[in-house]
Amino acid sequence: MTGLGEPWQTLLWGPVGIGAAEWWRLFAHFTALSLVAIGGAITTVSEMQRLVVAQEGWLTPVQFNDCIAIGQAMPGPNVLFVAAIGYSVGGLAGVAATMAGSLLPSAVLAVGAGRFGERYRRSRGVRAFTAGLAPLTIGLLLATGAVLLRPLAAEPVAWLLVAGTLWLMLRTKRNPMWAIGAGAVAGALGWV
Amino acid sequence: MPDAGAAARPAPASPAALFRAFNRLAMMGFGGVLPVAQRELVDRLGWLTREQFLELLSLSQVLPGPNVVNLGLIYGDRCFGWRGALAACAGMLLLPLLLVLAATAAALRFGDVPAVGGALRGMGVVAAGLVLATAIRLAPGLRSNPLGRGGALAFVVATVLAIAVLRWPLPLVVLALGLPGIALAAWRLGKAP
Repeated sequence: MTGLGEPWQTLLWGPVGIGAAEWWRLFAHFTALSLVAIGGAITTVSEMQRLVVAQEGWLTPVQFNDCIAIGQAMPGPNVLFVAAIGYSVGGLAGVAATMAGSLLPSAVLAVGAGRFGERYRRSRGVRAFTAGLAPLTIGLLLATGAVLLRPLAAEPVAWLLVAGTLWLMLRTKRNPMWAIGAGAVAGALGWV
Repeated sequence: MPDAGAAARPAPASPAALFRAFNRLAMMGFGGVLPVAQRELVDRLGWLTREQFLELLSLSQVLPGPNVVNLGLIYGDRCFGWRGALAACAGMLLLPLLLVLAATAAALRFGDVPAVGGALRGMGVVAAGLVLATAIRLAPGLRSNPLGRGGALAFVVATVLAIAVLRWPLPLVVLALGLPGIALAAWRLGKAP
């Protein structure tokens, strides 16, 4: 922290100072991944890692993993981990590159698909599409829960937390924040 | 456009109401917004039925991009056109984005503390429980599915096996199970209109 200007430089362009060419590579890479990210941006993490860590060396593997953890831990959609990556690489300019790249192409497609589905909602094709995929949606949620819990299968406190969460969600009208808070306390105390 | 049967259903009054609702549910969504979105939009606000939510989620899930953002975009667009899509999306992302940036700046400067790592793990466990609860709450929406109860259940089980046990990537699951599901539903709908 030598001069007044430096924190602002870091905020805007990141610790190293991202240049126009780097900015463009970051933006282009995340834009290309946006349209193949079926299941969410998290499914393309390995490709993001390849550019940011292996190819360009902008972040260390540990810094990269921290970005993912921050995205998961903070409130809001998990896709915000791309904002953490963008900020670590190139400050607010980096955030603009990774967020716009990840969200704009898929957002345009989603709105277009949503309008098409609404216009032809009575048609056999659209009804068959949503009905045929509905069981997959339920199965996907169950599988996601199972995959997230697998590393914790040997920990009784984890099962207790899951059982408590299911009870709160299915049998009460309470806010899910209570369960999250209980999980955070149990984890901070080292029980899980 | 709301459909005729849903005349009595509550709906957001303005894009600003949409912004506030999505901001609220995003700020409650630690480790995943989807369970809170279902709780808020279906159970608390009543803007969507369980079946409508399941339908929107099915579409959002096969499209590229974050599911819950897609869901907000499509729902917002149906309410108020592109202004609604923008309101839902901005409501969901703006405030959490500021928090993520603050946390990233702190992590870059201070590194990590063990208790914080533990808290994150504990929240992750609860997040998994919330996702399971969402599946259980949405499952009764399959009762009216043209695949039939047994058929829909078979596809649920096959999807869980494919992803949790066989570890297939999602695009392969959509091809191998989604396409047959859609074809079977189309055939059943054609047989009994």
